[in-house]
Parts: sequence; C-alpha cells; structure tokens
Amino acid sequence: MDAHHTEHAVVAVTVVGYLRWIPLLPFAAMLFHALFGRVAGRKAVGVVACAAVGASFLLAVRAFLQLGSGGGVLSDVVYRWIDAGGLTADVAMAIDPLSAVMCLVITGVGFLIHVYSTGYMAHDPDYARYFAYLNLFTASMLVLVLGDSLPLMFVGWEGVGLCSYLLIGFWYTDPAKADAGKKAFVVNRVGDAGFIIGMAVLFWGMAAAGHASLRFADINAAAATLPTGVTLAAALLLFVGATGKSAQLPLFVWLPDAMAGPTPVSALIHAATMVTAGVYMVARLSGLYTAAPEALSVVAVVGAVTAFGAASVGLVQNDIKKVLAYSTVSQLGYMFLALGVGAFGAAIFHVMTHAFFKALLFLGAGSVIHGLHEEQDIRRMGALRSRMPVTWATFLVGTIAIAGIPGLAGFFSKDEILAATYDKGAIGLWVMGVATATMTAFYMTRLLVLTFYGEFRGYHHKWEHAHESPVSMTSALCVLALLSIVGGYVGVPAVLGGGNHFGHYLAPVVGHHELHLSHSTELVLMAISIGAAVLGMGTAWFIYGRSPRADEAFAARAAGVHGLLSNAYYVDRTYDRTIVAGTVRSGEALWKRVDVAIIDGAANALAATVRAFGGSWRAWAGGNVQGYALSLFVGVVVVLILMLAGAGG
Amino acid sequence: MVGAEHFLLLSAVLFALGAAGVVIRRNVIVMFMSIELMLNAANLAFVAFAQRLGNIDGQTMVFFVMTVAAAEAAVGLAVFLALFRTRETLNVDEIGLLKG
Repeated sequence: MDAHHTEHAVVAVTVVGYLRWIPLLPFAAMLFHALFGRVAGRKAVGVVACAAVGASFLLAVRAFLQLGSGGGVLSDVVYRWIDAGGLTADVAMAIDPLSAVMCLVITGVGFLIHVYSTGYMAHDPDYARYFAYLNLFTASMLVLVLGDSLPLMFVGWEGVGLCSYLLIGFWYTDPAKADAGKKAFVVNRVGDAGFIIGMAVLFWGMAAAGHASLRFADINAAAATLPTGVTLAAALLLFVGATGKSAQLPLFVWLPDAMAGPTPVSALIHAATMVTAGVYMVARLSGLYTAAPEALSVVAVVGAVTAFGAASVGLVQNDIKKVLAYSTVSQLGYMFLALGVGAFGAAIFHVMTHAFFKALLFLGAGSVIHGLHEEQDIRRMGALRSRMPVTWATFLVGTIAIAGIPGLAGFFSKDEILAATYDKGAIGLWVMGVATATMTAFYMTRLLVLTFYGEFRGYHHKWEHAHESPVSMTSALCVLALLSIVGGYVGVPAVLGGGNHFGHYLAPVVGHHELHLSHSTELVLMAISIGAAVLGMGTAWFIYGRSPRADEAFAARAAGVHGLLSNAYYVDRTYDRTIVAGTVRSGEALWKRVDVAIIDGAANALAATVRAFGGSWRAWAGGNVQGYALSLFVGVVVVLILMLAGAGG
Repeated sequence: MVGAEHFLLLSAVLFALGAAGVVIRRNVIVMFMSIELMLNAANLAFVAFAQRLGNIDGQTMVFFVMTVAAAEAAVGLAVFLALFRTRETLNVDEIGLLKG
C-alpha cells in the first residue's frame, strides 16, 4: 500500500491582524473576573464570560470564511519571542483548515458550555473564580491550536493543564476533589516530560539537518529528510505527551478522577476540547508521523487497546459521570486508532462529532445531577423521562449518535475510522474497534435506560423535588443535540453518495486518506458496524429494560470479571502499589538516609567540631572581670620581666 | 636620706596592693577604692621622678590624673547607687549582666 503523503506544496499565506484577538478576548475576560469579579456581580461576570467566548467564535467564523476551501494559511505574527542560539520562535498565530475546525469547535462548543454554566453554577459562591478559570482555559486552548510552532503550542498545552487542575479541584475544600486535581496534574507532568524531550530531540535533529526551526510547516516539510532515528524518537516522545493529555494507556488514570470537577468542566475540558489536544498535535505533525511509520503503528495499537479496554470498563460503572469518562477515554482511543492508520482527517472528524455528542451527554448528565440535587449514582435514578423531558430527548439523541446509528454524527466519523483501519490491513485492530462499538452502544443504552426509564429507585424526596433544568441549560442541550444530528453530514463518504467534504477540506494540511476498498466491501463493513451498534443497544435494552438490577446478578455470578472491570483492570491500584508506593518509599529513604544522615549529619558534625574547639577556650571568656584583670596583670608582669631581663642581658 | 628609690618602692607596693584588691575583692566599692590606690601609686611615681629629674611635667600629669580620678569617682558612685537600687547588691559575681 502506498503511503499517504501529505502535500507540502508552498501555500499562500495571508497576513491578518485579528487572529491574536481570538485567544486574547477570553484572556481579557479572565483578567476582568479576577480583578473586578467580586464588585461587578454575578450578572456582569456571566455576561462578560459568554460575550468574550462568543466574540472569539465570531472571529473564528470570520477567519473560516476568509480562509475558504483553497487550503491557504492566515497568519498573524505578534512578536519575536525567543531568539537564542540557533532557535528563533515567534508568537505567531496561524489558521489553516485544521486549526480552523478546532477553533470553531472550541469557541462554539465552549460558548454553549459557558451559557450552560451560568445556569449550572448559579448558586455557587465562587462564581467569578469559576468563570475566570473557564475563560483562561478557553484562551489557553486557542493558543494551543492557533500557535504555529511547537514552543507556542506547548504554552497552550501547559495552560490547559493548569486550568484542568484548577477546575478539577474547584471545590478544593473536599480533599478527595483536591487530590483528583493533583493526580491529573502529576500524571500530565509525566506526559509533558515526554513532550519537552521530544521537542528537544526534534530541534536537535532539525538543526543538524540545517533547518533550525520548530515551526510546524518546517517540521512537516523536513521530516522526510531527517534521520529515521530522530523522527522515530521525536514522534514517540511527543506521543507520550499525547497519551498524558488525551488520557490514553498507560496515562489514562487521571481522567475518570477528573469527574470531581463541576459537570460543565467535564463536558468542555475532559470530553470536548482539552483531551483532544493530543489528537490535534499528532494530526498537526502528520508529516513527522508519516515519516515514522513505526511510531504510527504504536499510536494505532495504543489507541485500539485503550478504546477496547476503556469501553469494557464503562460497562459496569455506576456513576453517571464515570460511565461518560470511560466512554471519553474509549472514543479518544478511536481517534488515535485513526491517526495510527494514517487517516488523520477521520481522526479530526471524530474529534468534532465527539465534541458535539459527548458535550451533549455530559451536559445532559449535569442536568440530571442538578435536577436530582447532586445525585450521581444511576442505581438510584430511573423514570426521569417524565420529570425532565428536554434532558431526556437530548440525551437520547446523544446516545444514538455515540452508538453509531446511521443518520447521526457518530456514525459517519466512527465508520470512516473503522473502514480506514480495515483498509490498512489491521484486521485485529478492526475487530477490536467493532467490539468497542458494540460495547459503546451497550453501556450508553444501559445508562439511558437506568436513568430515564423504569421505576425511580432513589429516595422519595429526591423524586418529589426532581425538576427540569433552567432554560440557560436546556437551550445549550438543544443546540448540541441539533449539532449531534447534523454534524456528520459534512463528511458523508462517497459510497453513500456524499463527497466527504470534511476530508477534502482538511486534505491540504493532513493529506487525504484514499480508501482502496471496493464499494461493496465498504458497504459490508458499514453493515457490520451498524449491526454491532444495534446488537449492543438491543441487548442492553433487553437486559436493563426488564431488570434494572441485572448488574447484581452479573456481579454475583462472575465476581472476578466484574471486579476486574469495575476497578478498571486494577491499573490504578497497580500504580499505587508500584510507582506511587515506590516513590514514597524512595522519598523516605532519601529523607532518612541522605537528608538526615548525610546532609544534616555533615552540617551537625561541622557545628560540633567548632563547638568543641570553642569549648576549650571557653574558660578564658567566662565573663568574670576580675579573672580578666588577673590575666592582664600576670601578662604585664611577664612582659616586664622579659623586658628587664632583655635590658639586663 | 630618703631617695627616689624609696618612693618608687612604696609606689610599687601600693600598686601591687591595689591590683591585688581589684582581683581579689568582690565588693565593687572596695574594688573601686583599690583602683584609686593604683592611680595614686602611679601619682607617687610621677612625683618622685619629677623631683629626681627636676622636671615639672610629671607633677602636671598628676593633676590630670587626679582630675580624671575625681570624675571617675563621681560617675562610678552614681552607677553603684543606681545598681544598688535595682539589684540590692554590690557583689560583682551577682551583677554580671553582660555575660553571654
């Protein structure tokens, strides 16, 4: 099979001055909340927060329209940032089809979530602090996707990591939530170390080859000429960074815990935008990764295994947000699978559709939690369809979309990934992908049935007070539901009579992945994935529709398997026992053996020596004036005797 | 005939007695008197040499010493008075306040 080389022809660059305002507006709003949030009042904070992101969205739309579909680049160089040694880096924003899509998703979905948050957080005492973090996050994420070089992307990369930490631990008075924030930060640091080292290796290789630059355009253009060792090492190390940020094996453990944050945060950061940063980074460096096929294979395998593993864990979770969290990990696995088989466009397509339906599902879950006064356990839900009709209807749309039923967004993007995987000849990975699709349909239907159908199984007073959410929240749900329905039609494949406009739009940046399958094969594959989705949904509907407590029977009959799945394959526990305990133990050893024994010991030994030496002279300075006087006289007498003896001699 | 040697010998004896008093006694007033004794022993030596050498510089010096000693006595006695009011003792071993 021939490689899908990215076209790196000279592209038309148009200089425009407004790109910098896309991240600057939310940043300015953050400063407003931080400085004047308390005096300005809730209403002003909410309006400023939404208006800033809304204005960014309009600017992104303007850039999108100005860019057109010709595949040029809009550029905005703000200033020369680094000029050290051979390295120069500008603070420069660039909009090409790839970053245009990301920008629209971030500001568009971000705007809806800001609006939703004004309702969800209405009773929170720290309203201004919340919106300060949320705006700062949006600004950082926009820097991440707009930056035209690795160093600037890294600024945004770290910025979103910081905001993620701040927002997961937003209710920091609860130690469990504060710990979840710390965990996310530390696990992300592991990945970031890989990112930095990868960046350094890449720069070293680029400089050795005579292109001392870290601009994406230069990297992708030069990647094929670099030594394979350099491209492979850089691609793998950068991918380590991506596994941290995008919650892939082995660094996914922070994402399920990240659900400690407010639910809109889970929707925006831990489902729709930040976690896709790793996918975006690999797609952005498609030239580099295409030049390192072994690295791409690693990406594909990690993605498929993560997708499969996380989906199986999602089958037995009982916290409404945990189900969605593992679902997110699993869907991100799909995206990396797509990247790994070279279908960069399909990965970004899934990023976009996933942003729509996963944000919708999270916000729907938030609406349920809000309506039931902080109830998150689906075993104590049920029958909410009658109390929360809008939430139910939109959640149903989201479920169908993620399950991959034809006609909704998730079907087109997921099917494109599976077809590309099959086309690549990776049958094993394809089977895992289809199995994942079945499990996805199963756990989402289970969630839907247990939450909205059957009898209410919680406390009676919660049912009494169960209510539909305010219009600020339900309106966001409706818009996202609409997007989850129509969002897929930009990428209808040729076999269904579409033109895959999305793929062609991105092609100038990431190349186009031409399938070599016959139309009949493609249709068979499509039928299989539809069958997988229907099978998953039908089974779950059958089991949980009849008996909402079916899990208990399963847990009783297969305790081992149930324990394995509900504890996420004991990965967390293994990390706790090996890495965490090892770190604590080696820290203790360093503390007791090195710090106390050697460093403190050396200082104390020095002090003791000085003290002993001083002690021998102590008697001479006892503070007894008469003693001093006696010494003085004796000294004078001795000197006199010596002088007289000298004079006499 | 009483010569300069006798005066100097007396001066040395007085000086030694004064020095011994300063070193041995614990009462600050007695120590102070011993210091006066040492000063006057030095005065005696000055006068003796002045007479022996026929030069009045030594006698002039004695006046300076007496003036300074008077001033010192005034200041010293004021300090002792203040000290006794606060500490109710004049034993040097009990008032080593500046000892580290």
